[in-house]
Amino acid sequence: MFHFSNIVRTKGDPKIVEGGPSLKQPVDQLARALGWFSIGLGVVELFAPRRVTETLGMEGHETLVRSFGIREIMAGIMTLSVEKNAGLWARVGGDGLDAAALLSGLTADNPKKGNIALALLMVGGIAMLDYRAAQDTKPRRPPRDARRKLYPNRSGFPKGIESVRSAARQIAHAGHNEVKQGDARRVP
Amino acid sequence: MKALVWHGKEDIRCDTVTDPEIQDPRDAIIKVTSCAICGSDLHLFHNFIPGMLPGDIMGHETMGEVVEVGSGVDGKLKKGDRIVVPFTIICGECEQCKRGNFSVCETTNRKRHLADKVFGHATAGLFGYTHLTGGYPGGQAEYLRVPYADATHIKVPAGIPDEQLLFLSDIFPTGWQAAAQCDIEPTDTVAIWGCGPVGQMAIRSAILLGANQVIAIDCLPERLSMAEAGGATTINFETESVLERLQELTDGKGPEKCIDCVGMESHVMASLPDTLLDRAKQMVMAESDRPHVLREMIYVCRPGGIISVPGVYSGLSDMLPMGAFMNKGLTMRTGQTHVNRWTDDLLRRIEDGEIDPSFVITHTVPLEQGPEMYQVFRDKRDSCVKVVLKP
Repeated sequence: MFHFSNIVRTKGDPKIVEGGPSLKQPVDQLARALGWFSIGLGVVELFAPRRVTETLGMEGHETLVRSFGIREIMAGIMTLSVEKNAGLWARVGGDGLDAAALLSGLTADNPKKGNIALALLMVGGIAMLDYRAAQDTKPRRPPRDARRKLYPNRSGFPKGIESVRSAARQIAHAGHNEVKQGDARRVP
Repeated sequence: MKALVWHGKEDIRCDTVTDPEIQDPRDAIIKVTSCAICGSDLHLFHNFIPGMLPGDIMGHETMGEVVEVGSGVDGKLKKGDRIVVPFTIICGECEQCKRGNFSVCETTNRKRHLADKVFGHATAGLFGYTHLTGGYPGGQAEYLRVPYADATHIKVPAGIPDEQLLFLSDIFPTGWQAAAQCDIEPTDTVAIWGCGPVGQMAIRSAILLGANQVIAIDCLPERLSMAEAGGATTINFETESVLERLQELTDGKGPEKCIDCVGMESHVMASLPDTLLDRAKQMVMAESDRPHVLREMIYVCRPGGIISVPGVYSGLSDMLPMGAFMNKGLTMRTGQTHVNRWTDDLLRRIEDGEIDPSFVITHTVPLEQGPEMYQVFRDKRDSCVKVVLKP
């Protein structure tokens, strides 16, 4: 993106001399890889479904493969966003759907059942990665019922709210008297 | 020097970078004594605002001591002066600055060719806030170059702690401007969405400006408790209907004045389907902002009322109820803050003990812990409301 946007840093501004540690974890890299994989697979399923069904001996299921492609792309986009945990869980669910669809094609009369078995193995492996990444990227927001510190004494008004309110009332009262002296726009 | 540097989405690091230097006669360099993480820094953390480059220094809430001045500062600043740095960089000389519209200064955005394309006309340069606003290095660092320093500063006296003064750089005048542009009358109810740092300042500002009733809307108990302490009646939108409660509290008429202190990243909830749709569209870049709060404000605001928007929006918002907005005769006022328009008055109020903005600080840590604090602040862990960093 940066290469196309034609944005450059101004000469003379500070430059990095020594990089500090990143808070990014290996699991963030894994999530990113899974996101792009999801989008790639989704594009293949969406635009070349016949190729997929022929490889698996499941001709006639092209519409299903296309819909799975859309699902993969959506999950991939979500996995690459700040909501990566939701995207990864969507991928885990999708892996289940993929496995169910593949199992339905694993019949004795399917000449490509070897490919289906291989595909099932891949789905299983990727499902494990998805699950692991989903577990490790759980949002660290405190649960809704967690105990929180409250700040009931932080009014920000050293002289007290009542003093502020009464000062404001006095100013408003003075303003109202001025209105009575003839500012027609402000007379109710 | 050490500085918090943007490296990409959710990746801010404490790097060692070269020290800033005087580049223009109107520059000054300050040694930063305190800086803070702002809610709008989180939009950059999430990479929702375009125009960041890996290596950009973050931060636009900064204060410190002048250590070097350029030859063109004309005696307005000298070494040793203590200043708060407004987040908007201003020249003080252009037509807009002369009118007090400092956040749309016509001079200081050094990348105006980008901003002209995106916004139609460039706005002022901002510290640490994307190349659309000049790509100026920010103040979450040990030192900061202040361009146009003869105009871009707020001189502050010794004897008042940094914590009371730091927020003159952004959130205090931002909350104040949000309330001031509502033209508050003594009979008004002011409803404020979002009880983050700007929301908290807007609540206090509305009280100081004499609102009859202030209603604050959020879902986090710690923020609601702080809002209540500041004089607001609170609504928890996760457990109550905002529309019903606002109707109840205003005898069915709606609040006269509504303030959006949430902006483009409104809360996403299954019970609010528009927020789910906005989030999905935002992910596929079909919409840049999630304007749920704007929709709600337009719907509940009393006819003839004023909607004030200090919350940051970056680009395109869908499905705004313009029919209601037009037919109800509402007025919307928005904008980045014209910081220097308000700071003389606000500094006087701090000095007089009318208000102490340090109430909002919940975490003070060394600069090196900044990257972790971005996560803590984003995730609202440890009841975090406002983080101050000490270089």
